[in-house]
Amino acid sequence: MLKIEDLHVYYGGIHALKGITMEVPENKIVTLVGANGAGKSTTLRAISSLVQPTQGKITFHGEDITKTKTADIVKKGITLVPEGRRIFANLTVLENINMGAFARNDKDGIKKDIQRIYEMFPRLKEREWQAAGTLSGGEQQMLAIGRALMSRPAVLMMDEPSLGLAPLLVKEVFRIIKEIYSQGMTILLIEQNATAALQVADYGYVLETGNIVLQGPGKELAANDEVKRAYLGKA
Amino acid sequence: MDSRQNIKRLLTLGLILLSCLVLFFAQGFLSSFNIRILNLAAIFVILGASMNLVLGFTGMFSLGHAGFMCVGAYVSAILTMSPASKELIYYMEPIIPPLANVHWPVFPAIVMAGVVAAFFGFLIGFPALRLRDDYLAIATLGFGEIIRIIVTNTITITNGSLGLKDIPSIKSLWIYWGFAIATIWILKQLINSSWGYAFKAIRDNEIAAEAMGIDVFKHKLLSFTVGAFFAGLAGALMGHLITSVDPTMFRFLFTFQILLIIVLGGLGSLTGSVIAGVVVTVSMEFLRFVEQPINLFGLIIPGIPGMRMVIFSLLLLMVILFYRQGLMGTREFNWDWILDKLGVARRKERGVA
Repeated sequence: MLKIEDLHVYYGGIHALKGITMEVPENKIVTLVGANGAGKSTTLRAISSLVQPTQGKITFHGEDITKTKTADIVKKGITLVPEGRRIFANLTVLENINMGAFARNDKDGIKKDIQRIYEMFPRLKEREWQAAGTLSGGEQQMLAIGRALMSRPAVLMMDEPSLGLAPLLVKEVFRIIKEIYSQGMTILLIEQNATAALQVADYGYVLETGNIVLQGPGKELAANDEVKRAYLGKA
Repeated sequence: MDSRQNIKRLLTLGLILLSCLVLFFAQGFLSSFNIRILNLAAIFVILGASMNLVLGFTGMFSLGHAGFMCVGAYVSAILTMSPASKELIYYMEPIIPPLANVHWPVFPAIVMAGVVAAFFGFLIGFPALRLRDDYLAIATLGFGEIIRIIVTNTITITNGSLGLKDIPSIKSLWIYWGFAIATIWILKQLINSSWGYAFKAIRDNEIAAEAMGIDVFKHKLLSFTVGAFFAGLAGALMGHLITSVDPTMFRFLFTFQILLIIVLGGLGSLTGSVIAGVVVTVSMEFLRFVEQPINLFGLIIPGIPGMRMVIFSLLLLMVILFYRQGLMGTREFNWDWILDKLGVARRKERGVA
């Protein structure tokens, strides 16, 4: 339902994305893997309209959203969990979760969704009134995911959710991703942890310096030597 | 509702009555010099709170506050001066015709001053708010100075560097503190609304705020414009307090005095701005003795003008070194805290069912 065709993004003189074409079908986990600077985050930022592509087209349910403003893209149902958690440190956990529902107006629905998030992340409930900046890294990542879910997205885009977390917590994050997916969410996942990401993904794309060099079903890619080469960035 | 809610309501009512009583007696018994200081404190409370909205709550490092005050002071002065005194004061070049005969009552003129300042805030914010951090500070500082220079040179409107005199004087504590309390109330409502939460989200993390679907630019512009409105209001009141204005009053150093107040009080706390606004203004007057020659056990220190600012600089240094959050941090005054301290039982309300 989310389609990207021939997407080019420049940062000043740097050609960060050199014509990417990919698709995220409904109710699937799609992952983008690749080394640092391959253009993974840029792809997500372009979908969210946080950066403007110079060329190419992004469509959602057939509708062109290339030039739509970020706020409207969230309303349409595409939400980004930004890299590095980026919670609102001085707001309480509950206020953070409420901010996720900023684009919504249905009070009762929001209340229900908060309860749902608390069921999914009991730790957040325990810390409801605490300033979010005092949470541990893992809890902050849970909060960032919970906050994004509050906008009731149709597509959840996650930018390196396992970044900087202990191995045990990385496992926990992937468990949550699978859980969200099993509830019927479409997920676009970016990971440096390529093996883990490809294990959960239905379909994967391997990015190398702004180009898609490989694609295929997740498990197939995980077994591919070529992937390891691209991921490690060896020539 | 539970008893706690009722107690809080009673306490709030009590506090309002008490402040009215204090104002009433202060108006009746204090010397006009002391009343003047309290009025100045009210103006600094408005300035502190409005700059805190921009800097403390929305995280925009803007230094254009003095410029907006300048706009407000001139608008209110020109609107309220009598046509006769305008003819006298604009002796270099007469004031342009449409403004020569306007003679508004004070109250609408002060509100108009805020509106015009807000309009300037909007105009300046539109290009400037695309910048952030230090760059925004430099740009707004520049715009503030530009306003002052325009005021100095549009002689047929502002009388240029000669300034304006004979502005209708307001002496009543009620008016200054009335405006101050109204400002605090409006800002508190704004901060606790969904706009306010958006401001705080932008302050904490702009990218995440944008990713949550908050229109960052629109909210920044709103916060900046509201801040400019209240700066204009405070500028107008300043004009009516001193009864004269001239462009040199609103140099950018003035902005740093407001910055001092909000840093001491706590970035992101209205309560802090109110307390620090009053304390700084009042001590600014009562510390005048340090500028007099002092005979300290035979050691004679000659009077040094500017010693007061040294004391404030030291205070600021101490706060930055040892108490970085300022007096209140991001906390606000609230009855719950006081009731907890007093040991009034709290209903188990936080376990939301």
